[in-house]
Amino acid sequence: MPDYLVRLVQMHESFRQAELQALADVAEVPIEFVKYDEESPFCIVRLPSDSAAKAVISRSLLSQGIYELWGQGATYDALHKSVNDVSSAKWAQYESVPFRFTLDCYRGTRDQTQQREIIESFSYLGFNGPIRMRDADASFKVFEEYGEKASEPKYMYLGRSVAASGRDAKTTYDLKKRHYISTTSMDAELALVTANMALAAPGKLFYDPFMGTGGFPIACAHFGAVVCGSDIDGRSIRGTGGSARKGQTGKFDVRGNFQQYGLESRYLGAFVSDLTNTPFRLLQHSNPASRGGYLDGIVCDPPYGIREGLKVLGSRDELNVQERATHKDRYREPGYIPPKKPYSFTAIQDDILAFAAATLVENGRLSMWMPTANDEDVELVIPTHPCLDIVSVCVQPFNKWSRRLLTYRRRTESEIPEGGLESVKKEYEKGVKADELNDFRRKYFEGFKEFERLRQEPGTDGANYKADDSKGVSGRWREKGGAN
Amino acid sequence: MKLLTLNFLTCAIKTCKTSPSSFPLHPRDAELEILETDINLPFLKNILPRLMWDELRTITSELGLPELPPAAPTREDLVEPGAQAAEGEEVEEQPSQTAKDLHRVLLETTVKEGKLACGNCGHEYKVMEGVPNFLLPGHLV
Ligand SMILES: C[S@@+](CC[C@H](N)C(=O)[O-])C[C@H]1O[C@@H](n2cnc3c(N)ncnc32)[C@H](O)[C@@H]1O
Ligand SMILES: [Zn+2]
Repeated sequence: MPDYLVRLVQMHESFRQAELQALADVAEVPIEFVKYDEESPFCIVRLPSDSAAKAVISRSLLSQGIYELWGQGATYDALHKSVNDVSSAKWAQYESVPFRFTLDCYRGTRDQTQQREIIESFSYLGFNGPIRMRDADASFKVFEEYGEKASEPKYMYLGRSVAASGRDAKTTYDLKKRHYISTTSMDAELALVTANMALAAPGKLFYDPFMGTGGFPIACAHFGAVVCGSDIDGRSIRGTGGSARKGQTGKFDVRGNFQQYGLESRYLGAFVSDLTNTPFRLLQHSNPASRGGYLDGIVCDPPYGIREGLKVLGSRDELNVQERATHKDRYREPGYIPPKKPYSFTAIQDDILAFAAATLVENGRLSMWMPTANDEDVELVIPTHPCLDIVSVCVQPFNKWSRRLLTYRRRTESEIPEGGLESVKKEYEKGVKADELNDFRRKYFEGFKEFERLRQEPGTDGANYKADDSKGVSGRWREKGGAN
Repeated sequence: MKLLTLNFLTCAIKTCKTSPSSFPLHPRDAELEILETDINLPFLKNILPRLMWDELRTITSELGLPELPPAAPTREDLVEPGAQAAEGEEVEEQPSQTAKDLHRVLLETTVKEGKLACGNCGHEYKVMEGVPNFLLPGHLV
């Protein structure tokens, strides 16, 4: 298989390789990583063909493009020699085609004269076609990688452009321009990356059980999936809660977002529900043909309990006879609000995994976000399940906390250990034990003193994150927990 | 909410889930709306084996929609038997009338208002502005 150079973006480093792997999986092409370094935006992969390279990269958010590798080296002498060794057989093919030759310096700059000199040093390639800065038939690029504050590059590549990435979608779906968002909306770039990790694609069915204003389902629909979602808060779906954007009034709802992007035909709709009391049919009604599952993917950013107020249906204390009677009498009244109780974050994670095991098709994927404590004592364990394989763990660090994107694959029947599936059927029923909840709280309030729930304020570009002390650990939730 | 979702939804009450009569949910006083969309053949093909056909027929008949055939169509039934592709040539598949009918039922017919009732416990879930509400009242959790 030929070598290709991927020009990555130098951010969200731990997501980049996992994204490329996922995209190769979607395209059903083998990918081999020849050279990859977290510190570098240049990565060399092996792929079967240009069309495979294009299929992989055209959906990528965390790269800029892919190039057929024509040579590499630590000096220009080494690069020229390598170009001669690796690609001389290809030169004749481009002898008379309209072409373009440019320079991409990572962490460095070259003035006009230097640029011209560098490009002219490749004149031995013998390209005699017209130079076209736009719509060239073949486009070549010299890449230079500099060390921190270095004046000379430490490594160079020459590549022929094969395909541009799908990074434009980051702008198309930018929250700043979205019709309807909330304070907990995931930024467009990472929502799209999440959809990639979960292998969203045409023909597939995707679901988000914590959809909020629908950021993840929209991202999955962008990649062709048919989507649905739910949330415990009906206002977020129907939109009567209004937009988080200042000064917006009027009808803003999830459907409007799908309309904005022309994705309405892929939107199945949404319903109001609590994940721990889901209306989705679980294994009992399984259709043998689909081996039980029917969802191709599940994507979500569950509430962490602080700002989003993790709640599930139920009452803190068991209802007595009289209280039950009152609920029974009143629940049909228009203003009736079903009682909710706080819940542990670790428990909801286990519930999500059990739900995924029961509803995903074989090899279907779950991609879910969770916080990770930087403090070793309280680092949250990565939840596991006998029916799910961990595919990737990507970490997004912030100043005082970080979060992970966990991606799981639903195992096939033959991969599941004996009894694993049976446990799923029961698991979902049992719910959380009171002591688990307390244990989590204890750890939470001891260990997370420094843990501040920081959320990207909608409308910023990811660079500045503001602490929200009023709703963070020092707020209401903490007092409640402390009293227990 | 498009009708296809009813193929996946049952009663939210845990003790109902094990009872076959909790699926499908039965639409009551349903106000339907047709929202036309482009046909999505790859999706129909993918989803077809996951449909609970008998239950789907129950729902459509309860809604007074045209009767669906007694046996589920196959994937081949969804594609118009068209021109044979020449060597190395890809011919785009055309949806058959069956595919178009299925598209109309599953992906263009939506429930706007009404209720969804569990056949096991009788609990009714309200649908408002196309959004069903499955939150359970205090005494049913
Ligand atoms: C972090 S937000 C997700 C935001 C979403 N990704 C977006 O882009 O708008 C978490 C959501 O979970 C919902 N939620 C909280 N508890 C829930 C539960 N038990 N079941 C379902 N949804 C719940 C909240 O109402 C909130 O909208
Ligand atoms: Zn029921």
